[in-house]
Amino acid sequence: MITIHDVHKRFGEKRVLEGVSLTIPEGKTAVIVGCSGCGKTVLLRSIIGLVSPDSGSIRVGEDEVVGAERRDLFRIRRRFGMLFQGAALFDSLTVAENIGLALREHTRLSRQEIRNRVREKLEVVGLSGIEDRKPAELSGGMRKRVGLARALIMDPRYVLFDEPTTGLDPVMSDAINRLIIGTQRRLGITAIVVTHDMTSAFGIGDKIAMISDGRIVFEGTPEAFRTSALPAVKQFVRGGLDG
Amino acid sequence: MISGLAQRIGRLTLFFLREVGTHVLLLARAATAGGYLLRRRHLLIEQMHKIGVRSLPLVTIVSLFTGAVASWQAAYQFRGLISFDYLGAAVSAAILIELSPVLTGLVVAGRVGASIAAELGTMRVTEQIDALETLAIDPVHYLAAPRILAGFIMMPALVIYSNLVAHAGGYLVAYSMLDVSTAAFFGSARRYFLVHNVVAGLLKAFFFGGGTALIGCSIGFRTAGGAEGVGASTIRAFVYSSAFILVMDYILATLLF
Repeated sequence: MITIHDVHKRFGEKRVLEGVSLTIPEGKTAVIVGCSGCGKTVLLRSIIGLVSPDSGSIRVGEDEVVGAERRDLFRIRRRFGMLFQGAALFDSLTVAENIGLALREHTRLSRQEIRNRVREKLEVVGLSGIEDRKPAELSGGMRKRVGLARALIMDPRYVLFDEPTTGLDPVMSDAINRLIIGTQRRLGITAIVVTHDMTSAFGIGDKIAMISDGRIVFEGTPEAFRTSALPAVKQFVRGGLDG
Repeated sequence: MISGLAQRIGRLTLFFLREVGTHVLLLARAATAGGYLLRRRHLLIEQMHKIGVRSLPLVTIVSLFTGAVASWQAAYQFRGLISFDYLGAAVSAAILIELSPVLTGLVVAGRVGASIAAELGTMRVTEQIDALETLAIDPVHYLAAPRILAGFIMMPALVIYSNLVAHAGGYLVAYSMLDVSTAAFFGSARRYFLVHNVVAGLLKAFFFGGGTALIGCSIGFRTAGGAEGVGASTIRAFVYSSAFILVMDYILATLLF
């Protein structure tokens, strides 16, 4: 379980997170929604230690992320995988090298074993036969799938998704949503998804949390979110300017 | 007006100290990657190839013409005062001590330092460096350490090569255009040859190479602001590297000679 308690973060004069507290249950998919620039990506990056909160606590199991030494952070990160908004594939490496990099760095597996594991993960995300292609040769949807395969290669307990459907057409968005649900169920991982795509949020979330003005203003089931009377939630669900 | 000037000087001093501190900290962190680079030798070899082998065409052209110009200019200064029999010695000393290390350093600063900053800067703004972090791979060990070590190793190698090519350029001009015989050119160069000059030049190259790569990495890692930021980092890396080489050249010259 991931427990976030009273996390604050500011960049210069701009306060981004102002006392965020949230619990992510084990083996479920939690979706964090909110308007653009509300701090949801900062919260996601804080969970894996890419952003250092000014104060508060983020516990991953028994480990504290906030203020952790670099060495401890790397140890904690081995339990995580992350899919970035733009996939963040390494341009200079092939698809197979991208996916297998963590195995090469952290295990003593042979080239052939790594190759097999890479092929296995590519099949999980519905791709095959593209091992030797470079990221520049892939479509947006394929890049996201390869990014997910890379995130899954070390069999993580937690997978973080930063805007997984942003920039994709509706068909590919649906395919990615199904992939997230399928991966979560098949591998039993804990998924944390940051998005402002409500179709995606209702489709994949076991739990939805909404950030507004740097705070969690709603935390509950998708059904409770849909029927919430909170003005900020109603406005977000309806997509209007007024609450 | 005076307080404004003092504030400006203070800000510049703080900026300079912060920059130096950032670079030194990165170097210190990269220095802990020794064991990692022994296991991942291919990362180092790849960078040695990029920094060293791929710089050869440019270094060849620069060195050949540097030697040629040195010969021609020395002859201009000697005319009517000193015998051309000493031309080889003068050209050789200038190449070994100053011309090869500094000009090769500046060429590599333009080609390698700027390209490292652009490459790592692009990786930063496209979240590739963050992706490395999430895979529990230290970007300083994986990206910076091989580049910095390759810079330290390959620049002296390039300067050795540059020394040879520049001597050839100097000799060609002396022989073909100034009527200096082969024996006279290389004889005088050999007579006044000092091992100290070669060692000093290579020592300069060692610092220039490591410094250029370090500056490229440090600036690349701190890139922000998309394509515009990458462009700014590339220019900054070249400017800082060039300034570093010229200042370091002066400091080492006062220490070594």
